[in-house]
Amino acid sequence: MKWEIKTEDIHTSFRDEVEELSGESFGACYQCGKCSAGCPIAFAMDHGPTKIMRFCQLGMEDEVINSDTPWLCASCQACTTRCPREIDIAEVMDALRIIAKRRGIKPRTDPDIALFAEIFLSNLRWFGRIYELGLVGEFNLLSGRFFKDFGKAPAMFLKRKLALLPSNPFKWGKVREIFKKCEKMKEGEGRE
Amino acid sequence: MARIGVFVCWCGSNIAGTVDVKKVAEEVSKLPYVVYSTDYKYMCSDPGQNMIKEAIKEHRLTGVVVSACSPRMHEVTFRRTVQEEGVNPYMMEMANIREHCSWVHDDMEEATEKAIELVRMAVAKAVELEPMEKIEVPVTKRALVIGGGIAGIQAALDIADGGVEVILVEKSPSIGGKMSQLDETFPTLDCSQCILTPKMVDAAQHPNIKIYSYAELEELDGFIGNFQARIRQKARSVDMELCNGCGDCWNKCPQKKIPSEFEAGMSDRAAIYVPFPQAIPNTPVIDRENCIYFQSGKCGVCAKICPTGAISYDQSDEFITEEVGAVVVATGYDLFNTDVIGEYGYGEIPDVISGLQFERLSSASGPTEGKIVRPSDGKKPEEVAFICCVGSRDDKYGRPYCSRICCMYTAKHAILLHHKSHGSQAYVFYIDVRAGGKGYEEFLRRATEEEGAIYMRGRVSRLYRDNGKVVVKGADTLSGAQIELHCDMVVLANGITASPGAEELARKLSISYDEYGFYSEAHPKLRPVETNTAGIYLAGCCQAPKDIPDSVSQASAAASKVLALFSGDFLTREPNIAEVNPFTCTGCFTCREVCPYDAIDEEEVTVHIDGKKVTRTIARVNLGKCQGCGICCAVCRSNAINLKGTKDLQIFRQIKAFTGSEKEKSDEPVGSKK
Repeated sequence: MKWEIKTEDIHTSFRDEVEELSGESFGACYQCGKCSAGCPIAFAMDHGPTKIMRFCQLGMEDEVINSDTPWLCASCQACTTRCPREIDIAEVMDALRIIAKRRGIKPRTDPDIALFAEIFLSNLRWFGRIYELGLVGEFNLLSGRFFKDFGKAPAMFLKRKLALLPSNPFKWGKVREIFKKCEKMKEGEGRE
Repeated sequence: MARIGVFVCWCGSNIAGTVDVKKVAEEVSKLPYVVYSTDYKYMCSDPGQNMIKEAIKEHRLTGVVVSACSPRMHEVTFRRTVQEEGVNPYMMEMANIREHCSWVHDDMEEATEKAIELVRMAVAKAVELEPMEKIEVPVTKRALVIGGGIAGIQAALDIADGGVEVILVEKSPSIGGKMSQLDETFPTLDCSQCILTPKMVDAAQHPNIKIYSYAELEELDGFIGNFQARIRQKARSVDMELCNGCGDCWNKCPQKKIPSEFEAGMSDRAAIYVPFPQAIPNTPVIDRENCIYFQSGKCGVCAKICPTGAISYDQSDEFITEEVGAVVVATGYDLFNTDVIGEYGYGEIPDVISGLQFERLSSASGPTEGKIVRPSDGKKPEEVAFICCVGSRDDKYGRPYCSRICCMYTAKHAILLHHKSHGSQAYVFYIDVRAGGKGYEEFLRRATEEEGAIYMRGRVSRLYRDNGKVVVKGADTLSGAQIELHCDMVVLANGITASPGAEELARKLSISYDEYGFYSEAHPKLRPVETNTAGIYLAGCCQAPKDIPDSVSQASAAASKVLALFSGDFLTREPNIAEVNPFTCTGCFTCREVCPYDAIDEEEVTVHIDGKKVTRTIARVNLGKCQGCGICCAVCRSNAINLKGTKDLQIFRQIKAFTGSEKEKSDEPVGSKK
């Protein structure tokens, strides 16, 4: 935690970077704390979402990037829904994860959080919808925790929470197209 | 022959920075009729004005063109300047080379050229200007005050004390407004009713005040000094003359299960009721929607029991027209409807109450006689949370503004809780405490230092019921901690919203309002109690959220505006209004159809045409009503109606000057619609 903030700390490009990536403006936040108040994961976070927003306002890059808060965020969007200034805080957390990944920073609590996020996205890209069995299998394989949550599988099968096969294979390509289009837009080509 | 003087202002660097003022002055000196031209740093300054006066004397000027800022800024100044030197004030024309030129251009050469064109046009018009005199309109010295809350009562009392008759119209059955519902008031903890009711009685007994309660403004016609207000007196179903206010009717009324508006739903009232014991007038009304007699035709208990026979079921709405010269709008506010904030569960969780409900709980005249108990089980609440900014500073619910009273009334609630419910603990969730008034910060410190309230900086995210308690999921952003309190009762500090029906009333009055329904003042700093419609003034929360001291101050300010308006027998108005040419008007009255101000009257004239006397009906402009908008001039097919100060000829001369067709020396306007 930094205890002294100087002019040069505030005039960094970090705030602009997060604002551009997330499309949200930190000037709107008046630090009311409603996001932290309602966050179901706040108990596990090193800094509540309100603090993260404050750090971003002041351009405190190190504190934000090295915080586990963005990685722990479950994207439940309780904060986004209730924010009186209509800031999409979950989107900011997403942007912070992307920046951390770009900088090669892994979550401290559990580096596999980042791995999970990656597998989740590639799973979605492939199957159009989340194929849980594939997701869990890949994650356990790559994280080296082969039998993690293994005991829970039978009950979930019985309750039809886990499907044996992925969803309709004829529609897989649709979501892939969306992914491709988004990537293309990000490159600044074909923006519509 | 016209002798025009041109005065080019630098406005410091505002104009001179972009326009070559010397060149403008030199170029326009070559124009026909211009006998003198000069430039100066600040024309509006004393030396600048003296230059104009000197030039008028020396060059025997008949007209003056001041080439400076917008006429909205200094037209009045320069008219007075020329008037002081004996020239008719309306012989002064302004060319706006600041807002219309220097401020919007960068290129000096082009801006200078444009400035010369603008001045050339102004000179062309100035040559055709005619002297005009101000118009005097008689004033009706009576005032209408709409709304009988503290602002309306104060405005009515101040105007009445000035010796002017006041009509006070109140929508609900009694005057008193929101202030009558409050317990004690910040920051002095005066009992609200104890300081309000004497004023209510003063208003009722004042020989100059006439109160219409349970009445609404239906229509407002006319103009400043001469309004006609049509008032709907809603049917009370009780004869005000006969009723002695004994109370038998509301005690015996079988329908007693209607949530009381005055008690904010904390207790019930009968279908025939007076809102509260000190109501003025103390005459009940029948709430026809809930009355058994009006709904089913059976019952009639009140009529049978009334000792004076005052109950009158067949009463109907009456319409009264009052002539007034000025209107004060003091229609107040409404509390933000907390139902819409789903996460706070207001209406579902019985122990989550509004700020006004807490006032009633705490009030000695309230349903619990001042004992603070929680609504669900009537027990004393040990832990009470107060949540600020509910429906204030919240973009999500379309209320980005601060309601200005909630911080202070919440501090007051915390203090009242400590006083009246010993051993109870108050927790206040706030974002910022705004304690800007006199004695407010001290009052806040009293809440935290002497009365033990715990302040936590954070907005509450969610309230839910658990095991008879209300769980408050909050945060304290100062420590960064997430907070979970198990409270017995939660009080929401509702913000202020515009009164329902505010927009409808604004349309009746032709006054403007902002996106939230608050009425717009004429100028946010310098004309805070006037509206854009002359003769209509604002007081209290209908203009913006404010506390009692501010409402009272604004009411007195509005009253002083009304009294100033009534200080003379006539109002003077600018003469730039429409004028009918009696020789060419055919009496088709198309002008009357389009006039938004109802300013066209009929007039019989006798004219001599070819030696014969002919009597015709033609249009005449009402000097009081005409606002000089010019729509009539646009539609007149015989071109018989013209706007003084911007007559056709004057405008066409300007156009000619601009388009350079000066060679045509004809006096006929080019491209005339005739």
